Amino acid sequence: MAEQPILTVEGLTAAYGAVTALNKVNMTVPRGGICAVLGANGAGKTTLLRTLSGLKRAEAGRVLLEGADITRIPAERHVHHGLVHVPEGGGVIVELTVEENLRLGGLWRAGRRERAARMAEVVELFPPLRERLSRPAATLSGGERQMLAIGRALMAGPRVLLLDEPSLGLAPLVTRQIMDMLLQLRADRDLTVVLVEQNARSALSITDHGFVLNQGEVVMEDSSRRLLADDRMRHAYLGF
Amino acid sequence: MDQFINLTLNGLSQGAVYAALALSLVIIYQATRVVNFAQPALALISVYIAYTVSQATGSYWLGFGAALLTGLVLGAATERLLIRPVHGRSPLNAIIITLGLLLVLQGLAGMIWSNEPHSFAYPMDYRGRFSPSDWFALGSVGAAALMLFALYRFTPLGLRMRAAAFRPEAARLSGVRVGLMLTAGWAIASVIGALAGMLAAPPFIFPNVLDEVFIFAIAAAVVGGLENPFGALAGGVLLGLGMSYVSGYAGPELTTLAALAILVVVLSIRPDGLFSRPTARKV
Amino acid sequence: MVSLSDHESTSRDKQPESTAPAPTVGDRWRALPALVRFPLAALAAFAAILALTSVTGPTGDLRIGSVGYYMLAIAGLQLLIGYSGQISLGHGAFMFIGAYTMALLVLNQPALPLWLNMIITVVLSCTAGVLVGAATARLHGPYLAGATLALAVGLPALTVRYPELLGGSNGLAFSTRGAPASLAGVITNTQWQAAAVWGTTLIGLVVLATISAGRLGRRMRALRDDEAAAGLAGIPVGRTKVIAFVISAGAGGLAGACQAYLLGTATPSSFTVTLSLSLLAALVLGGLGSMWGAFFGAVALVYVEVWGEELAHALALDSNVANNLPIVFFGVLLILVILVWPRGLHGMASSLADLVRRGR
Repeated sequence: MAEQPILTVEGLTAAYGAVTALNKVNMTVPRGGICAVLGANGAGKTTLLRTLSGLKRAEAGRVLLEGADITRIPAERHVHHGLVHVPEGGGVIVELTVEENLRLGGLWRAGRRERAARMAEVVELFPPLRERLSRPAATLSGGERQMLAIGRALMAGPRVLLLDEPSLGLAPLVTRQIMDMLLQLRADRDLTVVLVEQNARSALSITDHGFVLNQGEVVMEDSSRRLLADDRMRHAYLGF
Repeated sequence: MDQFINLTLNGLSQGAVYAALALSLVIIYQATRVVNFAQPALALISVYIAYTVSQATGSYWLGFGAALLTGLVLGAATERLLIRPVHGRSPLNAIIITLGLLLVLQGLAGMIWSNEPHSFAYPMDYRGRFSPSDWFALGSVGAAALMLFALYRFTPLGLRMRAAAFRPEAARLSGVRVGLMLTAGWAIASVIGALAGMLAAPPFIFPNVLDEVFIFAIAAAVVGGLENPFGALAGGVLLGLGMSYVSGYAGPELTTLAALAILVVVLSIRPDGLFSRPTARKV
Repeated sequence: MVSLSDHESTSRDKQPESTAPAPTVGDRWRALPALVRFPLAALAAFAAILALTSVTGPTGDLRIGSVGYYMLAIAGLQLLIGYSGQISLGHGAFMFIGAYTMALLVLNQPALPLWLNMIITVVLSCTAGVLVGAATARLHGPYLAGATLALAVGLPALTVRYPELLGGSNGLAFSTRGAPASLAGVITNTQWQAAAVWGTTLIGLVVLATISAGRLGRRMRALRDDEAAAGLAGIPVGRTKVIAFVISAGAGGLAGACQAYLLGTATPSSFTVTLSLSLLAALVLGGLGSMWGAFFGAVALVYVEVWGEELAHALALDSNVANNLPIVFFGVLLILVILVWPRGLHGMASSLADLVRRGR
């Protein structure tokens, strides 16, 4: 891999009070890659994403986005650097309408025309949202909310998308649709995706690389295919 | 009958003032989950500044502008300097801070402008049934409410402010500077509070002039539901009419107790106010 | 911030005597049951007050008496806010009820003894507390604060409504019997009054402290920490809230009665919103969640005003500035305490005590 990786994490450490939640995590994600972050409950997956996106302060280590250090910039600046985080549950603002949620995602861009074009694109991508644009987001189903969350993230025009358990609480069929869509996004626009999943099997089936977290440390990383095949690892950390 | 009409008209213009102050409380409550007990004091200082400016320049309207500007600055400064540090702590902390600020500002007003009442001008002719001043009160509060609605509903700033108030974390992830939006909310609310002060103060201004108005405003906000700006407006008009009738038919000294009675009756039927949407409370 | 100081005191209370290697006097003292410990402490405090008033003049006696009734009122508020977590801005209304009850009793039934007047006051203000508490039981947080604020403003306006009975805005003035004839020469009138106020206050405090150390107090704290969880655990939420309200109303009423007795007047202008807010301020200043906080708060309430006046006099300040100095000072203090020292004066004192103990 001669090309510079789009996302590099070096020795990232984060803590809740005296409890270390992330311990010297190292990761590299190539441009256009889809990688999975796996692990049991409490392994530090969500903390990893929150630290990457600046919601949580890093105690030590660095996060580099295309070589630029973004470790210490505030969370709201990350969209400007092209890194967008869809938190667990999607973070849809249920008090706003679907359209307002989408508009919010693109607000940081200056150009009105560009925002409109984005909106058309995103609505194209998620037909169920188009019919519900003026409805409160609270009326959406779980799958539609996840689509809205991802749609709002795409409005920001990300180069790296951090997704925290998009399949949480969704029916297998809906999960499948969302996973397929991620693959398509990667193919269409060179999007890099970091996917945190509890459901390791479905995550490994669409990703090309996987990181396994245990108690805040990366205990294993390999190609998704090999991780799927490694029985010992599956039993030890992934529970299937 | 004639008295009834007079009381109704009077109630409407008074209600507009309560509605404006209630609206300022609701905006702040929506943004930061704080009932700003210092709101009457911020308005008070604004009105005193208007008094001073008007005295110096001879122009009521220059004073009016100065009052709104003062409200803007004071509101923003209060949020930044006093409320932000206790953000996320027990709500009692924020309440006590605003109460402390109330004491400080009322005391400062007394120190600077003395506790004696000064005469303070109406914006327009105030004589007669539904005078130009009454019209002005109703009209300016109505205009302020409309502008606020347009701001929240149709502008990017309004969308950011709403997002920041509802889900601060999700807003941040979309690139919204949440802290700035909360400051903006306090600033805008305090401009409306200053407007309410300008309408409520005449004919005299003294450090406690807005206390009673504030009681009715908070009653209006609570009756309407602290979460709902339209509720605050409706609650304000309701309280204005109610207080006008009570004052006219039963006696002015009973108005605050009547406000309390309305409050208790409404809240015992709907504990979160008339216009609140039922929401699940966090367990 | 509330639970912090509380944890400390409860764990200290529960500490069994046997585990301490060599039980000190303090440990033995803490091991006494509340019903013995609190009255003994009250007696000691009463003796200290008697000793103190024997060296102060009439003005000093009045101030000491004022600290007493403010302390009682603040302690009642402590039970309501610090323990049960309900924010009331209308505590002054109950002091108003107490003061006017006392004034009317003295004026219309002069034969009644003081202690009976006090008991009648407590009964009446508790009744008012039941009414208000029941009416507001379903309100929470800012809604309760708004309703009680309206009560604090609205109630004193009644004096204007019924001027023949309540004396209008001038209020009621009366004279109370001073020291009994048998004690003439031994004790001055003001000393006697201060002692009577403190006697009442200390009895009230013993009751409040016993309640808050017992089951009811634990229920209130559970309610404050998490209302939903407390409800699920089988604590009757509504009833406990109303009871807290009633007890605090009783303490407020008794404090008002003591004030009227000490000053010989009851005027509506003594019971403004500013009084209710000052009580809350004093409570926060003293420290939430501990009865000691009430003492520090009351001392601050009385002496900030005194010192403010003296300072203004010494600096020959303009009267506008001088008149407003205490409330500005109080406001600033309130903000500073919350921003810098959320556990109040009591927290500050106990931290200092810890430092000293560790240094030893």
